[in-house]
Amino acid sequence: MTARPRKEIHLAAYFPGVNNTTVWADPESRSQIEFSSFEHLARTAERGLFDFFFLAEGLRLREHKGRIHDLDVAGRPESITVLNALAAVTERLGLAATVNATFNEPYEVARRFATLDHLSGGRAAWNVVTSSDAFTRENFRRGGFLDRADRYTRAGEFVATARELWNSWTPDGVPRPFAHRGHHFDIAGEFTLPRSPQGHPVVIQAGDSEEGREFAASTADVIFTRHGSLEAGRSFYADVKRRLAKYGRTPDELRIMPGVTVVLGDSPAEAQEKAAEIRRQQVSPQNAILTLEQIWGVDLSSYDPDGPLPETDPVADSTITQGRTRRGDNVAIAEKWRALSKEKGLSIRETVIEASGRQSFVGTPEAVAAELHAFVRHDAADGFILVPHLTPGGLDEFVDRVVPLLQERGAFRTEYEGTTLRSHLGLPAPAGKE
Amino acid sequence: MPSSHGRGLLHLAAALDQPSVFDAEPYVEAARLAERGGLDFVTLDDTFARPGPDALAVLSRVAPATRRVGLVPTVTTTHTEPFHVQAAVATLDWVSRGRAGWRVEVSSTEGEARLFGRRHAAPLDALWQEAGEVADVAAKLWDSWEDDAEIRDVASGRFLDRDKLHHVDFTGSAFSVRGPSIVPRPPQGHPVRVVDATEGHVRHTAARYADVALVSATSAAQARAVREQLRSLAAESGRDPDTLRVLVSLLVDLGGGEHAAEPGHGGGGPRQTPQGPLYRGGPVDLAELIATWHTDGTTDGFHLRPVEPRRDLERLVNGTVALLQHRGLFRTFYPGSTLRGHLGLAKPANQYAQAGGTS
Repeated sequence: MTARPRKEIHLAAYFPGVNNTTVWADPESRSQIEFSSFEHLARTAERGLFDFFFLAEGLRLREHKGRIHDLDVAGRPESITVLNALAAVTERLGLAATVNATFNEPYEVARRFATLDHLSGGRAAWNVVTSSDAFTRENFRRGGFLDRADRYTRAGEFVATARELWNSWTPDGVPRPFAHRGHHFDIAGEFTLPRSPQGHPVVIQAGDSEEGREFAASTADVIFTRHGSLEAGRSFYADVKRRLAKYGRTPDELRIMPGVTVVLGDSPAEAQEKAAEIRRQQVSPQNAILTLEQIWGVDLSSYDPDGPLPETDPVADSTITQGRTRRGDNVAIAEKWRALSKEKGLSIRETVIEASGRQSFVGTPEAVAAELHAFVRHDAADGFILVPHLTPGGLDEFVDRVVPLLQERGAFRTEYEGTTLRSHLGLPAPAGKE
Repeated sequence: MPSSHGRGLLHLAAALDQPSVFDAEPYVEAARLAERGGLDFVTLDDTFARPGPDALAVLSRVAPATRRVGLVPTVTTTHTEPFHVQAAVATLDWVSRGRAGWRVEVSSTEGEARLFGRRHAAPLDALWQEAGEVADVAAKLWDSWEDDAEIRDVASGRFLDRDKLHHVDFTGSAFSVRGPSIVPRPPQGHPVRVVDATEGHVRHTAARYADVALVSATSAAQARAVREQLRSLAAESGRDPDTLRVLVSLLVDLGGGEHAAEPGHGGGGPRQTPQGPLYRGGPVDLAELIATWHTDGTTDGFHLRPVEPRRDLERLVNGTVALLQHRGLFRTFYPGSTLRGHLGLAKPANQYAQAGGTS
């Protein structure tokens, strides 16, 4: 690798979706499903010279108390199909789709990403996720269900198999048979596409667990991680980059990109006010009760969102909510929230707002640019995946006001240098197979 | 409306298949050419058995570069997940704003089965029974969101009216699906389902689930017989046969005047080849054949597959189609913007809407 005189920030745009952080009640909020919304955010990201555009995935609508969860945005298009369409209205922007390795087979997924890479001229990325969720499995014919322990072994073998397929044609475009026999997959035949412009589409791993870190170090090009303090970021960064050597990889072969939220204002005070207002929008009175029910595991519909928290303790092993990531030890969370409510004199809704955390970067464009730059300069991150709260205009202001300041600092590109996502990310070309 | 004796509007479709093409531009150019001719739709075939890109992906890439022409990729049902297939087809309908179709196909070889390693090759009748179930569950999943399920009611804090979302609880011979879909009901309600009904074992599935049936035939008598059979099977399965369009599918070689017109309708009838019925002749004779077979009630239209992709599609659009337009036999502009609109098919009612809103 050539030494880079100065560390460049990498940026990605997350299409806001199925989560209460997406504010649908705002007058500025537009369709979550019309192509025009996806086109708007992708064009904004490309105008801002972002590395890539990111789509999440959910394969079963969430349910609460045995019924479809109705308070948050729900419904989304199928990711790879949208990205192929976006390839027609963008030229350089990377296009990343989340695709589950539990409810798919390597041959088909490898083929779909290779096709996207060909059709987009080398801009495809795959965020590999796994699921141990019996609830989601009810939509699929595959066995699918995995013990938590098996999730990453399947994901690892899945990606390795996909790469065998991507490598299978000769460099001059002649199909060559492949055969893979492993613990999870036993397949053979011929792949239907030549090696794609990137060789291998970029692989993203989302998650901070011990297994997730190891999987990223061995296999991924990008890790989509949680944002925390500068110190926590530095320690995570050092830990993950340290693991790469074990797999014969250099620190430059993995980009660390936390998911972050940004609120801008003309003054620090205005930014803080806007941030507080967004948090109120994100936690409607109904959503506050629902959040509580998810933790307590029982029906709390008789509680007043503006009143005090329940005195009872959460129920163990409740299945009141399905299709949602668990938050952890519910008894401990309830304990903490009651203490918070007592200490500050907060109602249910105010407690949920207070406990659900601040936006990652709140301030004037200058302050936010400086802070983002500091995270990257101090090796707490290689860049950021920006998660707006509004569809589709939620990154307009960032691109107009913060990107130019990052460029002035010499911390962000002023034009795309290459045509592929790998080149935007500064990743080496993957080894081929002669 | 077309009936077995009268005739409706002429429907024309063209195949975009181009061997060894993996980048977008040749497909975009061909689709734009077809759209300039006002064709109802373009098809792109797909199989795991031969080199080629994912067809639904290619037509998604084509969608923003076109405005009116219908987009019908082949998507196979044997080794794929019904839930993923319906979501991808619904999404093609969203990104094309109501122009999506889906040509249902099966994977019958052991070679294809080995690519997945999950099941062995199965007999065609079993595969087509399963394909019918996939077509069925797809429509159920498209209906699992009613059109007005998204309410964004600020007062009650509800994004959805969950009474308008439905579990489908489908159990077929080889799979089950709980639902609802993750994708809201697509603009056409049901994207257009296309089935090649040439082979006898496919006809029940086609008659029951297809909006468009393709029939490879070398003679008008043969084409008419299959159309009549499909229509009566459709009626037997409780459908109005006028909701089924039957198109004759032909390979076309418009290589020029070097080939003498062959005996048959319009001066150059199709003849059987190992690749299927082939029409070989000039664009004018092809127009004559199309006009004759349509006017006499043999077919609702044609699905034409160029032997030489660039050359034959260009001659088809600028020769044959232009002539049919000149004679007032084919549309000169698109009056509607959806594929169902082009085909004269209404947006289907939602099968769950009248159930009174229980999920």
